[in-house]
Amino acid sequence: MLIADFPLFPDQASTMASKVDNLYLFLIALCGTVSVGVFLTIFYFAIKYRRRPDNEIAEDYEPPKILEVTWIVIPSILFLGIFVWASWVYFQLARVPDNSLQIYATAKQWMWKFQHPTGQREINELHVPVNRPIKITMASEDVIHSLYFPAFRTKMDVLPNRYRTMWFQATKTGRYHIFCAEYCGTLHSGMVGWVDVMEPTAYQTWLAGGSEGSLASQGEKLFQKYACNTCHTNDASGRGPVLIGVYGSSVMLSDNTIVPADDNYIRESILNPQAKIVKGFGPPSVMPTFQGQVSEDDLLKLLAFVKSLGSTRTAAPAVASPQSSTTTAAAQTTKEPKKKP
Amino acid sequence: MSDLAFEHGEEHPPHPFLQHHFEDLGQQHEASTLGMWAFLCTEILFFGGVLLAYWVYRIMYPAAWALGAEQQNTLAGGTNTLVLIVSSLTMALAVRSAQLNNRRGTVLMLILTLIFGTMFLGIKSYEYHAHWMEGLFPGAHWHWQPKDPAISALTPKVQLFMVFYWGLTGLHALHMVIGVGLLLYILARAWRGDFHAEYYAPVEVMGLYWHFVDIVWIFLFPFLYLIPHVGAHHVG
Amino acid sequence: MTTTTLHDVRFIEPAKTRNYLNEDYGFFSWVLTRDHKRIAILYLISVTIMFMVGGFFAMMMRLELLTPEGDLLTSDTYNKFFTLHGIVMIFFFLIPSIPAVLGNFILPLQLGAKDLAFPRINLLSWYLYIIGASFGTYVIISGGVDTGWTFYTPFSTQYSNTHVFATTLGAFIVGFSSILTGLNFIVTTHRMRAPGLTWFRLPLNVWALYATSIVMLLATPVLGITLIMLMIERVLHVGIFDPALGGDPLLYQHMFWFYSHPAVYIMILPAMGVASDVIAAFTRKRIFGYKFVAFSSLAIAFLGFLVWAHHMFVAGISVYSAMIFAFLSFFVAVPSAIKVFNWTATMYRASVSWQTPMLYAMGFIGLFTIGGVTGLFLASLGLDVHVTDTYFVVAHFHYVMVGGAVMAYMAGLHYWWPKITGRMYPEWWARLAALLIFVGFNLTFFPQFILGYLGMPRRYHAYAPEFQVLNVLSTAGASVLAVGYALPLVYLLLSLKLGRPAGPNPWGAVGLEWTTSSPPPKENFHETPVVTWEAYDYRGMMKAMGETQNV
Repeated sequence: MLIADFPLFPDQASTMASKVDNLYLFLIALCGTVSVGVFLTIFYFAIKYRRRPDNEIAEDYEPPKILEVTWIVIPSILFLGIFVWASWVYFQLARVPDNSLQIYATAKQWMWKFQHPTGQREINELHVPVNRPIKITMASEDVIHSLYFPAFRTKMDVLPNRYRTMWFQATKTGRYHIFCAEYCGTLHSGMVGWVDVMEPTAYQTWLAGGSEGSLASQGEKLFQKYACNTCHTNDASGRGPVLIGVYGSSVMLSDNTIVPADDNYIRESILNPQAKIVKGFGPPSVMPTFQGQVSEDDLLKLLAFVKSLGSTRTAAPAVASPQSSTTTAAAQTTKEPKKKP
Repeated sequence: MSDLAFEHGEEHPPHPFLQHHFEDLGQQHEASTLGMWAFLCTEILFFGGVLLAYWVYRIMYPAAWALGAEQQNTLAGGTNTLVLIVSSLTMALAVRSAQLNNRRGTVLMLILTLIFGTMFLGIKSYEYHAHWMEGLFPGAHWHWQPKDPAISALTPKVQLFMVFYWGLTGLHALHMVIGVGLLLYILARAWRGDFHAEYYAPVEVMGLYWHFVDIVWIFLFPFLYLIPHVGAHHVG
Repeated sequence: MTTTTLHDVRFIEPAKTRNYLNEDYGFFSWVLTRDHKRIAILYLISVTIMFMVGGFFAMMMRLELLTPEGDLLTSDTYNKFFTLHGIVMIFFFLIPSIPAVLGNFILPLQLGAKDLAFPRINLLSWYLYIIGASFGTYVIISGGVDTGWTFYTPFSTQYSNTHVFATTLGAFIVGFSSILTGLNFIVTTHRMRAPGLTWFRLPLNVWALYATSIVMLLATPVLGITLIMLMIERVLHVGIFDPALGGDPLLYQHMFWFYSHPAVYIMILPAMGVASDVIAAFTRKRIFGYKFVAFSSLAIAFLGFLVWAHHMFVAGISVYSAMIFAFLSFFVAVPSAIKVFNWTATMYRASVSWQTPMLYAMGFIGLFTIGGVTGLFLASLGLDVHVTDTYFVVAHFHYVMVGGAVMAYMAGLHYWWPKITGRMYPEWWARLAALLIFVGFNLTFFPQFILGYLGMPRRYHAYAPEFQVLNVLSTAGASVLAVGYALPLVYLLLSLKLGRPAGPNPWGAVGLEWTTSSPPPKENFHETPVVTWEAYDYRGMMKAMGETQNV
């Protein structure tokens, strides 16, 4: 073992890394002082007041009670401070920047599958440009996994029943670990990979490599393959709601509640159409369930397609302007929504 | 540390039912009742766990829950509710009789409680049998489908409802069976004349348990039989 | 100098012949006993065996992790070993260790009672433990289980093809053992205290056991019902937690941690109690801030119920619920901090003995402090995202569970060993073992903090090569630790034959348990004690003793 192979501190390769590390180092300083202090005090007392024949019974001495108040109040104030600091960091980890590059991920026993909006797919390997926020929307095909980038100080469990979103912005080019952090069965420790952080030009070159068309266009093919388009037509004549402009809007349901049409809403409506039925289309909805028929990869493609329908009905399945998603929609209060292919 | 037993005067030889590690019957009585109360706290959390899961899914799948409740025999469930409430009354009267040195009364009331308890289990098994025949038992035997094919998509969720139905009522019925067994034991002792005003802790502890099982049912009945349909639409 | 010294403290002359050990002989006098002291011995034997089983799995894992490649064990075997290590150590060793062994033996003695309130239920608890442990043993022999001790769904219900059902059934049954023990302790503490023994005269060990019992009583049933639902899902293939059938896997995690976080306090609270008693005895001083320490146990028990979702900060709970749980998690640390500072302050101007139980107790304070403050790292939301599910967590809970709970268990075992057996253990060997355990422990687990921050995930059978040096250190430490734990097994057993007779109060400690002979008679006290002194009140007790002798 060479010392060079023996790191004591992980790479700092994202915008969040230094923020997390500052908190960590502060806690080490604070808690280290307290722990060492307690150790030394115990040791000092144990020697200084060790039992001797003339002090068989301890002196009749009670320290002042104000000490109790001191060591209740001071830690409480410190804890409050740490709590606020840590929550501030957590909020930044949770809030995805608007201009993020969207990447989709699927976890399954025991591999990571990544899909780029332009259609490139990779396994256990992820290429991203440096200095650009990356947003990963992900789901699991089987058990719970957890996508972990130690160098970016971020991690999130990947669930089999809904989409979750994480983000990072790499600051240094290079190759960094991807780990699965939630135990997922036999080859859990083999569910690892590498993230390649590249210069933007190198990334563009890489993107130019093979692709089967954009994700949205692949989704459109699936939209026809599953005959979704027979009901979800482009005008109100279909048996299902018009999907144009739905993504990112608010949808009125049959029980008069209003829900946001986000990733998880689209997913649920495909897999479990009865769960949230658009007003005027039931209940019951005439749409069959696609649970067990559409793979997670295909679901993500369908999602990309529905997203690409954006807010105007003229929008052709837009090819991956990676910014997309959150910026679109919104303005239109299209009352008609989705449901049933 | 009650001195209750000593207040009643002269020096006795130790009471035959005083266990060796207690000072007196008062201490023993207080220990048994506190023990049963503590046990019931455990029981509340035990049922509470399933009820939590029940409520999570009831909120997630209101239509399926309403449809599931519709499959229940409300008349049988209602009758059972009544039967259990009356049995709680007779149980309370049994404790009262024991406190008043009324052996005949204790025995009579225990027998009545026993009859009502058995009646509850009888009606419950009738319901279970009907559910089984209709294919409303979750798992491989399940073959129930809603009459309206348009809502067949609800079937898996109705099955989930029935998991809670069988789980909750089954757990409750298990408590009833244990209760009936304990009643038989208490009845035998009451018959033998073990209980009197100074020593009736077993009857009281039995009563606490019985009332608890009764109260659980008071919750289960509306939770499983009486679920209103959500919104204006009739889904079933 | 007064006319009496502490070593003369004895209210009653030791019985020359009769005690609980020689009252009856024969196999059935043990397995059908209702004497809390004998049941404690039964538990002692059972948990020691389970500790060795769990330790074997730990050792095999550490050996596997000597090299980055998965070369010693297959990945399936490794997964089974860490699962079994967790299940055996938590359900079959740590949870019953202090309450069911030391608590069972010492609680009635400290209360001046003849037995626990429900001796038959106490024996039933042990049988439930044995039945649960039999399921565990069956699982180990017939091929193991690979879900991790947390049994996360849907892996455990739909994907694992190992003995999940038998394992969860075993855990379910052993849960009832712990519920009944808790129930027994609560009733005994309320109803069976000796005349004059008011709540604030109780040793802090009793307060801690009482708080533990509340947690056992109220948290364990939720685990029980959760495991039942898991078993139902596995057998009937219905969707209670399986998302493919409409269930929610996060609900399982909520319900599991609603028990399993308080379960951490089931393991550490009694350790705090033992530490309080040992520190008072070996400093010959009343614990500073007695009431603060007593109530902090109850505060921990209460707050412990409100922090479960801090295990789920990256699992899929909302940002706002994460904040609430993080906030409460910081405040569950306050009562622990109170205890640490009070123990330390107790040593000021004390009469500190360096005997073995005190060495363990000092080790306990230090290691528990490290375990506690690293808990703050994990409660810090933004930082937890990086370190959760890594070796940082592994190191943290081993500092609390092994550095804390097991150190205190060893302290208590040595402290009360003369009372339990009537004989002394060899002091020199015991100190050596304490030192080995302290050094071995830190060598094993401290590198894991660094590994965790570097990003090594837990439950990894093979790992990235740059993590090797720290893993080798950790394995080296584990070997020292193993020797440290093997030593007491040998010398304690030998002391049964060779140890010198202890006498009723070898430490010159206060507390009702030291007023009766060693080993105690079957009914604990020759006559019901009457308490006139405060807890840990050396001067008050000396005075009372003087009066007794004058009578």
